[in-house]
Amino acid sequence: MSIKNSNRSKLFYTGLAWLISTAIFFPILWTFLTSFKTEAEAISAPPSLFFFDWTLENYREVMERSPYFRHFWNSVVISVGSSLLGLLIAVPAAWSMAFNSTKRTKNILMWMLSTKMLPPVGVLIPIYLLFRDLGLLDSLTGLVVIMTLINLPIMTWMLYTYFKEIPGEILEASRMDGATIGEEILYVLAPIALPGIASTLLLNIILAWNEAFWTLILTAAKAAPLTAFIASYSSPEGLFYAKLSAASTLAIAPIIILGWFSQKQLVRGLSFGAVK
Amino acid sequence: MGSISLKQVTKSFEQHEVIRPLDLEIEEGEFVVFVGPSGCGKSTLLRLIAGLEDVSSGQIMIDGVDATNLAPAKRGLAMVFQSYALYPHMSVRNNIAFPLKRAKLDKEVIAQKVNQIAEVLNLTDYLDRTPGQLSGGQRQRVAIGRAIVREPSAFLFDEPLSNLDASLRVNMRLEISQLHKDLKTTMIYVTHDQVEAMTMADKIVVLSAGQIEQVGSPLELYKNPKNKFVAGFIGSPKMNFIPMESSAEDNVDSIGVRPEHFTISTQEGSWKGTVGVSERLGSETYLHVDVENVGKLTVRAEGDCAFEYGDTIYLSAVAEQRHYFTADGTCIKRN
Repeated sequence: MSIKNSNRSKLFYTGLAWLISTAIFFPILWTFLTSFKTEAEAISAPPSLFFFDWTLENYREVMERSPYFRHFWNSVVISVGSSLLGLLIAVPAAWSMAFNSTKRTKNILMWMLSTKMLPPVGVLIPIYLLFRDLGLLDSLTGLVVIMTLINLPIMTWMLYTYFKEIPGEILEASRMDGATIGEEILYVLAPIALPGIASTLLLNIILAWNEAFWTLILTAAKAAPLTAFIASYSSPEGLFYAKLSAASTLAIAPIIILGWFSQKQLVRGLSFGAVK
Repeated sequence: MGSISLKQVTKSFEQHEVIRPLDLEIEEGEFVVFVGPSGCGKSTLLRLIAGLEDVSSGQIMIDGVDATNLAPAKRGLAMVFQSYALYPHMSVRNNIAFPLKRAKLDKEVIAQKVNQIAEVLNLTDYLDRTPGQLSGGQRQRVAIGRAIVREPSAFLFDEPLSNLDASLRVNMRLEISQLHKDLKTTMIYVTHDQVEAMTMADKIVVLSAGQIEQVGSPLELYKNPKNKFVAGFIGSPKMNFIPMESSAEDNVDSIGVRPEHFTISTQEGSWKGTVGVSERLGSETYLHVDVENVGKLTVRAEGDCAFEYGDTIYLSAVAEQRHYFTADGTCIKRN
């Protein structure tokens, strides 16, 4: 009886898991399929799922109309650059809060997180004007800086939780052994926290890759990343779903592939604090 | 090299005073053990000496130089931590070499020193393993190796044996004592285990609630405890305290008798009691005796003792081995 029951609940939960995963993945699948349809098929009702005339026409046109690889390169520079720059700041910050905490450390962490709760549009005008005056509009440097600032609280938080898991005695031992603060972080802390640092890096590359508020507002053509490339297909002649889908597929493919390969690392890093 | 002197050292965490004003002299080459119950401040005191915590006030002198504000590495001390604190991502070789690399020594010199230490500590076969692949005892040796290789002026041990099983602990205890005889370097050793303190120390510092209760050689503390706390803490099993009618003349409130200082008789004695549980160890027997109006007393008897559960016996204390305590716990002489 109980075996039957457990089998039945297993079946139920497996079914539920598939259902939820499908629901999450469906928009991506739909975009992918639509990118191979003609514009007419893309908006036909009822929609066809798999049985239509597959065509690469949209991809050809998209590649012809816009410089995909330049956008791709801009996205790489912005996401990787801002994540690396962020690490450079977040690692020492998290180190100091995790191992030299005071009674106000928790408040500082909360304050940092609170900046993430602010709607970005609230600081749009000052930042835009600042960028204009500094000549950073439509420049990769400007975008790397703004992405770093946006993701810094998340990076510091993540690293802080990983560092908290590392016994402080190991760092104290290195201090007794004559390591300077820099050597302590570089030779002892960083190698031990490598899974956590790697997953922080990966997650932030993904977040920066997908960021579509500042990248759209602060770029025009030169520094425009893939998000701007997608957006350029939603106007001004109206929506062309098939081409938009082809552009989206091209934009998200690299990060999905990266996510796929680093899946194990990401899960391990994200559950670092959960299971000792 | 290796004399340490603390002058009026205090340490407070926010409002809480963990170390009360404290003076202590540690001579060159001495094996000093800080002992006390958990939370008495012994580890904090060690960390103050190491420089891992800053003193709130007072002065720490190492080899006659004021080290109060020196960074840990500049104090010339080496520390062995309770958790060993080995670098988990480095091989044993690199763990031991780490302090030498930080001191920017020549590669060849480092290799030579590491090999030499490994030989002394029987670690030669494990040099290329990581700490995760070693047993507890071997990890302990690596931690000691990492400390020795720097040739410090003093070693600090923070409960280094508490993570080991009982038999290994006895072995390591001997090894550390042997090391002290070989190196003749000052060692400060923190433990809550009074057996470790008694067997290893030249000088024991008994701490309680952030202050020193007594400083002395193991036998001095055993024979002449200053107060009830030290009397109860040093010696195993612990001293029995027998309440007494307060006598007006010298204010004695209780007497203390160690389990080994009772004489047992079936006929007569100072206290009449019933034998409870007895622990037979072969060489000796510990009887837990229930004495009317006094409570449970622990009594050590030589060899295998023939008393049964429920037997009535009489106990007397050897006259010259009695300790007299006043109501505030001070031990006083009475003849």
